[in-house]
Amino acid sequence: MHRTGELYGQFKTLDQQKETAALGMWVFLVTEVLFFGGMFMTYTINRHAYQAAFGLGGNTLDLKLGGFNTVVLIMSSLTMAGSVWAAQVGKRQLISLLLVATLVLGGVFLGVKAIEYKQKYDHHLIPGHSFDITYCGKTPAACGFAGEQAALETEELEKALAKDPDLNAHAQLYFSLYFGMTGLHALHMIVGAGLLIWLLKESFAGRFTPEYNTPVEIVGLYWHFVDIVWIYLFPLLYLIDRHN
Amino acid sequence: MPRVHYLNATYGIRSWLLTTDHKRIALLYLASVTFFFFIGGLFATMIRIHLLTPAGFLVTPETYNKLFTMHGVAMIFFFLIPSIPAVLGNFLLPIMIGAKDLAFPKLNLLSWYIYLIGGMFVLYSFSTGGLDTGWTFYTPLSSVYSNSAVTPAVIGIFINGFSSILTGLNFVVTVHTMRAPGMTWFRLPLFVWAQYATSIIFILGTPVIAITLLLAGLERMFHLGFFNPALGGDPILFQHLFWFYSHPAVYIMILPAMGVISEIIPTFARKPIFGYSFIAGSSIAIAVIGFFVWAHHMFLTGESTYAALAFSLLSYLVAIPSAVKVFNWASTLYKGSISWDTPMLYALGFIGLFLIGGLTGLFLACLGLDIHLHDTYFVVAHFHYIMVGGAVMGYVGGLHFWWPKITGKLYPEFMARVAAIVLFFGFNLTFFPQFLLGYLGMPRRYHTYPPEFQVLNVMSTAGASILALGYLLPMIYLVWSIKYGKVAGPNPWPSTGLEWKTASPPPTENFDVTPEVTWEPYDFKNRPDLGLDGGSPSLAPAHGDD
Amino acid sequence: MQSQLPLYPEQASNFAPQVDSLMIFIIAVCLFFAVAVTVAIILFFFKYKRRTEVEVGVPIHGDMRLEAAWMIVPLILSLAMFGWGAVVYVDYRTTPKDTLDIYVVGKQWMWKLQQPNGLREINELHVPVGQNVRLIMASEDVIHDFFVPAFRVKMDVVPGHYNTMWFQPTKPGKYHFFCSQYCGTNHSVMEGWVTVMEPSEYASWLSGSSGGGDANPVVAGEKLFAEKACITCHLSDGTGRAPSLNGVYGAKVLLVDGAMVTADDSYIRESILTPNAKIVAKYSPLMPTFQGQLTEEQILALTAYVKSLQAQPVPATGSGIAPAAGKK
Repeated sequence: MHRTGELYGQFKTLDQQKETAALGMWVFLVTEVLFFGGMFMTYTINRHAYQAAFGLGGNTLDLKLGGFNTVVLIMSSLTMAGSVWAAQVGKRQLISLLLVATLVLGGVFLGVKAIEYKQKYDHHLIPGHSFDITYCGKTPAACGFAGEQAALETEELEKALAKDPDLNAHAQLYFSLYFGMTGLHALHMIVGAGLLIWLLKESFAGRFTPEYNTPVEIVGLYWHFVDIVWIYLFPLLYLIDRHN
Repeated sequence: MPRVHYLNATYGIRSWLLTTDHKRIALLYLASVTFFFFIGGLFATMIRIHLLTPAGFLVTPETYNKLFTMHGVAMIFFFLIPSIPAVLGNFLLPIMIGAKDLAFPKLNLLSWYIYLIGGMFVLYSFSTGGLDTGWTFYTPLSSVYSNSAVTPAVIGIFINGFSSILTGLNFVVTVHTMRAPGMTWFRLPLFVWAQYATSIIFILGTPVIAITLLLAGLERMFHLGFFNPALGGDPILFQHLFWFYSHPAVYIMILPAMGVISEIIPTFARKPIFGYSFIAGSSIAIAVIGFFVWAHHMFLTGESTYAALAFSLLSYLVAIPSAVKVFNWASTLYKGSISWDTPMLYALGFIGLFLIGGLTGLFLACLGLDIHLHDTYFVVAHFHYIMVGGAVMGYVGGLHFWWPKITGKLYPEFMARVAAIVLFFGFNLTFFPQFLLGYLGMPRRYHTYPPEFQVLNVMSTAGASILALGYLLPMIYLVWSIKYGKVAGPNPWPSTGLEWKTASPPPTENFDVTPEVTWEPYDFKNRPDLGLDGGSPSLAPAHGDD
Repeated sequence: MQSQLPLYPEQASNFAPQVDSLMIFIIAVCLFFAVAVTVAIILFFFKYKRRTEVEVGVPIHGDMRLEAAWMIVPLILSLAMFGWGAVVYVDYRTTPKDTLDIYVVGKQWMWKLQQPNGLREINELHVPVGQNVRLIMASEDVIHDFFVPAFRVKMDVVPGHYNTMWFQPTKPGKYHFFCSQYCGTNHSVMEGWVTVMEPSEYASWLSGSSGGGDANPVVAGEKLFAEKACITCHLSDGTGRAPSLNGVYGAKVLLVDGAMVTADDSYIRESILTPNAKIVAKYSPLMPTFQGQLTEEQILALTAYVKSLQAQPVPATGSGIAPAAGKK
């Protein structure tokens, strides 16, 4: 294993090595755009076809949690960018501090996502045999709704059912795409977390200097990309056709 | 032969399985793609034998449907798509641009392992129930109705996609950042331009098939409804997503072969290629326009007439750059000094067969004709002319051309020329009758057919037996030549690329000294080091007649 | 009559000669280029064969005029091929008004076809010569394709969609049809015969046969209309809770949101399966869905019945038909 900071055999200069690494990450991110793009395309086409079901599905998502997560992720991009800057100006301790902050914020994001997923499980909204979009409308108490809110839930459900007799099937399509898109995103975040842990290890060993900080920059690029995917996911899933 | 080179620099199985030397990785790929070629070829043999009689006597309908599906999957995903890029591209790209290796050598090795893992899933699918959906996996047949081992196959192809993506990424970055001093973009060999264009398609297209197969697999496993109309999904959406990659994929298969031809012709005509910038530009044009023609596979799905018109027009436009290449290659021969060596025979065979394959594409792009020809044997003939007559001939021709560089040995020339001619003849006999079958109305993917189609089917099978011989012969004599072939010098043909300025086989670091490029590509006149045109004859013999 | 090795199927529809001529044109263009390039290559291959071991070729780097020529000429020819093909295709995708409608259902691995009078056929289609025929096709399972080589026509049959195709048979005889979209195990045997007859023969065949066991689809549709209680809301005099269906087939309908749609087969099907997708102006979303309660055949029968109401008098009020332009 080469120590980071050393010139690899196929390169002639450190500059060439750095330029190559950065270009490599950019090209990889382009492939990721196309990868997520296919699913985004499928989602968009289906949303257009089944507005009632998708609207209803979107409204079951917790806006507060989603909004909180968005802020968390943006802050994590800030701390990540900060650690890149810290590396460039040689503030070694700050690099590690900001990397830890990024990791923690990423962990918070994943934790909130887990809470959201659990809620979906409780409300019978995981695609499969027990999927039932009418569950919360029929038994609002079981979903933690009471009084006026409960009445609203039932009314929403009735309106949607009137527009789309196949509501359950189409709502299941919404949630398949919801879990597919947020799941794929979460997977990328977990990979990102792994990369951050590796970076931390190198940072603690004092490997990053103003002359050599390519890994921080590149992981930063990746992290920002994952953040941007969420910036698209949030409005698409949570905000369109929001009632309350 | 030099005393130490990439083949003998280190010994032992670990030095091969854990290598990061692009040349060794190329040979690892050579072994694995050849394996899948055999598998696909075995299925093809069974198909052609079965079709000797109208009722089909060899296998049951279920088995037949599995045969053509697995033939397609093995050949397209595990042979054709990797072949030239992962074997010849991996071996030659760094050397051609004067670099010591690719930008990311470890990623290169990872690509091969990903390919193997994908291959293992697919082999598992083949051996536990097989696959009978067609390589196109149309839904809801593949996601709901088929009872074959669809899920492992889909997983395998999904995984294999990442092998392509990483190879494409590696190539693009390498060409941008690792060129030797003086190697400007317009001094690059056309093979490199072709690989670059192909890599763009790898990067942009493959992720889409990955997500498509992922969704189809999830639909099958968890009874979701993306593409199943009974659950609110749309089978046509699957087709759009599938063909968005799979059409550019056919350009992945042909562009590298075109790159090989663009190297062979100048070498064996001993003059610069006619229209260098047009050939380079046409590779990029094909890669770009190729992303906008996918729905020409869907003219008869009920898609909007306006969409059909647009896609038909674009499909004609994408043919123009290919035509430009053919004209430029032919013009290069004018006033050349043409040798009849085997690689040249393959190159000319390529042009002839690609002409027919490409021109018959114009028939299919024509909306009025496609109504009749869609999903008939005409289509089967068309794509085999391009993929086998084009891509495979380019691959085999390239193997011959660079064989001395890769192995340090010369193959037996006479045998090679015989095999090339046998291949050309066998190929035409196999596939030309299929154009006629298609126009007469024989649909594709049929295990039985009306009796009036038998004569043409028998001709096709007869051709296939000759074609098989045409492939077996090189496999035998190329392997033979490794031990018994005449030793090759650094530049036996001679040719002008950087790869011919280093030893045969090359040292592990490719060059003892990083070259500095001051000459234009394919410049035979101003290269005294080649020993031509009155210069001192310092060449090793090209045909071993010492 | 076909020779020993025919090059093309019989020409038995209006499209066949068009497609064959187009084929000949494209063959001619392609043959010209293929021969020209091949001859040039073979000529150069022999004429410029290497004579001495150290000989090199004459370096000619390129020629802009040639490049322009062999981009522009193929482009023009491509546009011609595209244009002619487009004309034929648009003709094919534009169904004429006066068609004999045959309902086709494809399923693994057979074809069920139904004549306008209700007569059913399996893997057989009888049609009269010289009459425009439209096939309205649905699939019960996977994607199929109905292909008649002698007519030079085919169209995919996609589950969840209606696809239509049309042709005019021009020569009496028996012609093979095939499934040409891979659909599973017995895809290759999902075939049958189209029998084209003289109109008088066709008429007597149509009435002479037993009626196929089932009633005329219009009659079946009328029965269903009552059985499923459609008649309780869709009163023909327009006084019901739902619009009268007299004259609505093929007419333009005004919706609550101001949009106008044509009441074609797809609209009728949608109205039965997802009635609240489009609400007729001045009416409320009261209609229940019949998703899951009707088979494809029954939906086709109801459609046929609604179509048969085209000639019935349209009530002054209580119809969904959009008022003529100029009136409010």
